[in-house]
Amino acid sequence: MKFGILVNEGPYQHQASDSAYLFCRAALAKGHEIHRVFFYHDGVNNSTRLTEPPQDDRNIVTRWSKLAADHGVDLVVCVAAALRRGIKDENLAPGFRISGLGQLVETGIQADRLVVFGD
Amino acid sequence: MTAAGPKKFMFVNRKAPYGTIYALESLEVVLISAAFDQDVSLVFIDDGVYQLKKGQQTKGIETKNFSPTYRALDGYDVEKLYVERESLEARGLTEEDLIVDVEVLGSADLGKLMDEQDVVVSC
Repeated sequence: MKFGILVNEGPYQHQASDSAYLFCRAALAKGHEIHRVFFYHDGVNNSTRLTEPPQDDRNIVTRWSKLAADHGVDLVVCVAAALRRGIKDENLAPGFRISGLGQLVETGIQADRLVVFGD
Repeated sequence: MTAAGPKKFMFVNRKAPYGTIYALESLEVVLISAAFDQDVSLVFIDDGVYQLKKGQQTKGIETKNFSPTYRALDGYDVEKLYVERESLEARGLTEEDLIVDVEVLGSADLGKLMDEQDVVVSC
């Protein structure tokens, strides 16, 4: 099955990003396809490479980057939500790209299922 | 599942218009999806019904009153607006209190409607 993923919450504050990541990893392991992960609302904060969690904690941002590198998953950050929160190309982590909300609608159209993670 | 032609997109609004940014940013997605010629509907549940409340005044909290945008949805061919009856009643509101024409449905009927959708985006 082809999944689209929507992440609506920031990292660490909320479990949504962890759950979305674990869902993606499990789906890929089962042979499913992740068409795109779209980051919206505070979810855009998952994409900044300035993130530095304590060493004994998971690094949510690099974990997403690795998922993109290993499986070619398209990580898209909403431009309007990103600019509002100080996320720009210059502080974007590897594997992420900034684009418009049309990318969310498009994954809703292209994917068999859109799964939303957030409050 | 990837059908030709438009998909049924339903946006479920569950949060108050102010206090968090969910309502404001969600409205942006609705407008974009309308531009993609999809079959778009909106649902207002829980505190989400307050998004449509008449007479919103936001000067005191120094944020933009974006409620007039709901009136403009018509111009984007977004005409299916549903409000959950139970949520209205629990808050002492009626259709008369809302800034746009809506269809008021009970939660069971809304559930059936959700079941018919291809994409449900909720926040």
